This record gives sequence, C-alpha cells and structure tokens, in this order.
Amino acid sequence: MTVESTAARKPRRSAGTKRTAAKKPPGSQPDLVQLLTPEGKRVENGEYDAYVADITPEELRGLYRDMVLTRRFDAEATSLQRQGELGLWASLLGQEAAQIGSGRATREDDYVFPTYREHGVAWCRGVDPANLLGMFRGVNNGGWDPNSNNFHLYTIVIGSQTLHATGYAMGIAKDGADSAVIAYFGDGASSQGDVAESFTFSAVYNAPVVFFCQNNQWAISEPTERQTRVPLYQRAQGYGFPGVRVDGNDVLACLAVTKWALERARRGEGPTLVEAYTYRMGAHTTSDDPTKYRADEERQAWEVKDPIQRMRTYLEDSNHADEGFFAELEAESEALGKRVREVVRAMPDPDHFAIFENVYADGHTLVDEERAQFAAYQASFADEGEGK
Amino acid sequence: MTAEKMALAKAINESLRTALDADPKVLIMGEDVGKLGGVFRVTDGLQKDFGEDRVIDTPLAESGIVGTAIGLALRGYRPVVEIQFDGFVFPAYDQIVTQLAKMHARALGKIKLPVVIRIPYGGGIGAVEHHSESPEALFAHVAGLKVVSPSNASDAYWMMQQAILSDDPVIFFEPKRRYWDKSEVNREAIPGPLHKARVVREGTDLTLAAYGPMVKVCQEAAAAAQEEGKSLEVVDLRSMSPIDFDSIQASVEKTRRLVVVHEAPVFLGTGAEIAARITERCFYHLEAPVLRVGGYHAPYPPARLEDEYLPGLDRVLDTVDRSLAY
Ligand SMILES: Cc1ncc(C[n+]2csc(CCOP(=O)(O)OP(=O)(O)O)c2C)c(N)n1
Repeated sequence: MTVESTAARKPRRSAGTKRTAAKKPPGSQPDLVQLLTPEGKRVENGEYDAYVADITPEELRGLYRDMVLTRRFDAEATSLQRQGELGLWASLLGQEAAQIGSGRATREDDYVFPTYREHGVAWCRGVDPANLLGMFRGVNNGGWDPNSNNFHLYTIVIGSQTLHATGYAMGIAKDGADSAVIAYFGDGASSQGDVAESFTFSAVYNAPVVFFCQNNQWAISEPTERQTRVPLYQRAQGYGFPGVRVDGNDVLACLAVTKWALERARRGEGPTLVEAYTYRMGAHTTSDDPTKYRADEERQAWEVKDPIQRMRTYLEDSNHADEGFFAELEAESEALGKRVREVVRAMPDPDHFAIFENVYADGHTLVDEERAQFAAYQASFADEGEGK
Repeated sequence: MTAEKMALAKAINESLRTALDADPKVLIMGEDVGKLGGVFRVTDGLQKDFGEDRVIDTPLAESGIVGTAIGLALRGYRPVVEIQFDGFVFPAYDQIVTQLAKMHARALGKIKLPVVIRIPYGGGIGAVEHHSESPEALFAHVAGLKVVSPSNASDAYWMMQQAILSDDPVIFFEPKRRYWDKSEVNREAIPGPLHKARVVREGTDLTLAAYGPMVKVCQEAAAAAQEEGKSLEVVDLRSMSPIDFDSIQASVEKTRRLVVVHEAPVFLGTGAEIAARITERCFYHLEAPVLRVGGYHAPYPPARLEDEYLPGLDRVLDTVDRSLAY
C-alpha cells in the first residue's frame, strides 16, 4: 500500500470533483493485459507480444476452433441436464478464452489441476469431452486416468487442488525436470485457507506452479468484493511472487501471459498468479438461479466482450479465415454435439459392485466382507424372481 | 395460533426468524445465506428483514466461518452458521474439533460457546460427490460438541430454537432429502428436551432406532411389516450426542429386539455405540443381537448407485427378518 506523506495532506475530496484518480502503488502490474480489444482489434503490448509473435494463422484459427467447440460441448451438456440425462452441469459459458488460452499454453509434460468447470482446459489436454460427463451424470466420481493426459480429476472441494498442484510442482523441482504445473481456481476459492497455504508453500519452495484464477466475478451468489478488498492479482505480491491480471475474454492475451508464467516456472523462477478477469455468463450450475442475486444489465454489459465473437472479428479482418473455415467449423460443431448426445444417452449405469471397487489399493478384509454380504443380499432378490 | 403444516426447510427458516427476533445477539452466517437465501433457501428472506449485519454473507472459507463464529461467541453473540453441504465441513473441522469443542473446558467453564453449526447432510438427492455424506459420528466422537438431527418439521422448528438457546456448541445436521417434506408445526406447544428420543410408532416385536432422514424409512418399513403381521416400534433418536439410551432401553425391554438404521457407514458408526450400550444394559432382555443397517466402508458412491448404498425399505426389512429369525 502507498504511504501518504503526512506533510501537505490534501483533502480527499475537493468540491466539485467526486474522486481523484488513485495513484498506482510503485511496482504494481498494469491493470489488464489485453492483446485483442473487445472489438477484435489487435493492440500492442510490449511485454507480452513476444509470446505470441510467431503464432501462425493456422494456430489462430485453432484457438477459435477450440473455443467454438468447447462452447458447443458446454451448451450440449446444459441441454442434456435439462433433459434429465445429467444430474448437474457447471457451465463455462463466457470463460472459453481464459481456458483455451491458458490450456494451449501448456506443454504435454506439464500437469494441470482443474476445479470442476475446466471443460475447455480438458479439451486442450486431449481428454475426451464425453469422459467429463460421467461425474455429472452420476455414474462415477471422476471418470478418467489423470496420468494419461496429465490432467488431474475435477476437484469439488473449493481450493483443495491448489495444494496438490504445489506439491506436484515441488516434486518436479526435486526431480530436476523442467515441466511446470498449472492450478485452476475461482475468485471465491481465493478466500480458502488452502489457497493461501499453497501460495506460501510455492513461494517458500520456489515451486514451478502457475496459479490461474478465473475471476468470473461470482462465487455462486457472492460477488468478488465479498472475497477481497484488493484486486486478486495483487495478492501475489504479499507472498513474494508476481501477479498479473489478464483480460480473460481475450484468448491471445491469456495464451501469452500463461506462456510467460509457465516459462518463468521452467526457468526456476517460481510461482506466478494469473488473474483472468472474465465473466460467468450463465448460472453457477444448473441448480442455481442467478436472478435472485444479480442484475440482467450486468450480463448484457459483458456480452459485448464475448471472447468468441472478438476472435472471429479479428480472424475476418486480418483475412486469416474465410467463409469456408467457418462453415466447416459449424459442421464440426454439430457433429460434436451429436456425438456427445449419443455418448451420454448410451452411458450405462455402473455395476452395483462398483461401490466396493478401488476403495483400497491393497485390499481390505472389511470391504471384502461387506461386498460378500451385499452379493448375498442381491442374490436373494434374484432367487425370489426365479421362484415366481 | 394452532398448528400449521410446513416443510422442514421452512420450519428451520421460521425458527431462525423467531430467534433473530427474540435476541439481537443471534447472528446468521455463511456462504450465500443472504440474498440467495442459501442454496436450499433455508435462510430465504432473513437478510431482507434483519439486514446484512445480522444475516451475514461470508467469504468462501469454512475455517474462517467457524473460527470467526467462535470469536463472536466469545464477545457475547450467538452465531448460527451454515456449512453449505456435509462434505464441505472439513476445512472447518480443525476449528470445530480443536477449538470450539474444547474451549469451555480449557477456560475452567468460565466462557461459553453458544455456536450452532447447521449442516445439510445425507444422500438421496442425486448429487455429485461431497454432497451426500453423513459425517455425524466424526462429531459425536468429540467431547464438548452436541450433535442433533431432526426428522420432521416440528422437531426442526423446536430443536433449532433449543440449539440456539444452548450454551454449548451444537452441530445441527439437517436431513436435506427431507427439506421438502411437510408436517405440522405447533409454535405454542411445549417441546420436549433437545436430547430426548421419541417413540414415533408403537410396536411390540422389534425396535427400529433411527434419526434424521432414516426415521421416515423406518416408519415406512414398520407400516410394510404391519401388513405381514409384524409389530415394529420406531424410535427417533433426535440426538447423537448425547444419546438417550434410557428411551432406547425402555423400548428394547418391551420388544426384545433392536435394529439401528443410519445412512452413515456402519463401521465405527453411531449404531456401533448403540449396539454396545444396549447389549450392556439389556443383555438378558435381548432375543437377538443388535443389528445395524447403514452405509458401507466405501466412499459415498456416484448418484446412480446411491439407491444400492442407502438403506431402503427392503434392506431394513431384511435385517428385521434376520433379527426375528433368532
Ligand atoms: C469447501 C467448499 N465450500 C463450499 C462449496 C460449495 N460451492 C461450490 S462452488 C462454490 C462457489 C465457487 O466460486 P468460485 O471459487 O469463484 O468458482 P466458480 O464456481 O465461480 O468458477 C461454492 C460455494 C464447495 N464446493 N467447497
């Protein structure tokens, strides 16, 4: 915080002016890193341009494609929930740029620790979108092998995974490897003790971890102001590592800033906090009713900053994509929606004995005993049925 | 005023309203309890009527919620905090177990900790993981905490009043799958003591003991058994710490058989304690060992398997038959 000089203290407010511009504290980060304006214009940024300088038109189209397909997947999941095929869905609508930009910044050997909304990051890691749906359908409590894509299981207990990410990163450092870790969490999660502790550990052990906070402005009904009185990215300073706020609806800026942070981590320079400033366009989950706590105008104000439209304008204006590309993508998107629908509808209920599977790696006599009792109980119904 | 029919969630809401009205020191705290009225709407409308100073939306931090509630209680307030779901109480478990439970004893009885911790618990609503658990034994095991759970709207209304008036910390487990069940609430009745069990159905052949969400299952089981000519008594424990062993004993001395039913895992659960005590107290009365029905020694399963995991009518009746076969 700035220390005001005691001499010549000026009145806080002079008549007529409501507020004087707050002076930025020395060493503070620029407010919002942006490479694409909401109107889709490319703007220069001395510090971060270098991280997207060699990006090809094909890669740019790829980012757009990722966002469109992720949104389509998300919309499909939302409607599958409405049709009773899923018990719950946590939509990422509006957060595509934050997730695709950061997800595409990761290397194959990096490790990702998501929360429960990172469907776009999962997409970037090559996790089959259908796998994400099992837990929301209620057929499993995870649904994929974290090691096959270096993408950890979704974590529902808020903030827990930031410590796992930090520990994993500490392990990478011990191994002398140059991979990095990225941990996702929300603005609400920033209040949890676990998150504060992960900041402490990562700073103390100089762990190669990037904390990627998607500030979507809400934690269910609580606005970010109910979690913090300073911009979240500024928290990092108190722990001794850099924090940066990026326009979370700007996929290029998210890519550039995350690359920068991951490279710092690889070089052994320790953790970074990235705050992607974005917006949750829909409800918290399909069980939530945002009309109870937020105004429609707020959503409308964010709609014009839509991450996908912004990228499309840029691609069109810079002649990096033609009508054919968009038409093809539309067809691809339809096909993805159809496939997701089919896969979910065909997803079988788990075998009853799954309850007793994988409770322990080494086995356990109590579980064996209860499984046997369960089997006998189930069999008693089968016998009755046959008798009839 | 006579009795009104209301849902269990509404009864808690009315009870909190009554408490806020009666005592300016009562506070409601938790995530989303204000404008949203909680994810189950249990605190609906309270912030509107009592203001943000009395009904406090907190940061998303359970250790913070309970830890600050302890401080507020030390300062003379009576906080009623909400933990959003059973599985999210654990960030606060340290504060509850190492601090809240023990402070009265450590201060030689000179300070009181009238904190109520409301936890919607249990399964049966098709939720994702950490939203369906029954961790009551983990709290009942800790000296210094009282642990209760109502099974119907009337108890919910009265037990919440009593919990708030208690000078001890109370862990108040709310059976979330019964939130929408309606029953009569008489606000002028004089309630029984908070920790007294109640016979909710009389019977002669066997006692079913349960609490919270399982009381209804046991009542249904008793009704089904009646058709087969078996007379089952159902005891609603209402409190898991302390447990009213006298009432269970009285019932078992009559019926000579006991089956304890809860959603939580059987292993080292509330039922284990009851089985041990009742065996001690009623050894010569018992015609069969005390049997238990509950969850398995496995993580709470995904929603599509919860019907196999949770005790239902068939499992209760199957166990009743086993007991009667001795
Ligand atoms: C420890 C814990 N407490 C409460 C909850 C219930 N809950 C689920 S999501 C959520 C809000 C999370 O907000 P934020 O961290 O900003 O992430 P967002 O969902 O907005 O992406 C809450 C309170 C939980 N899952 N875990």
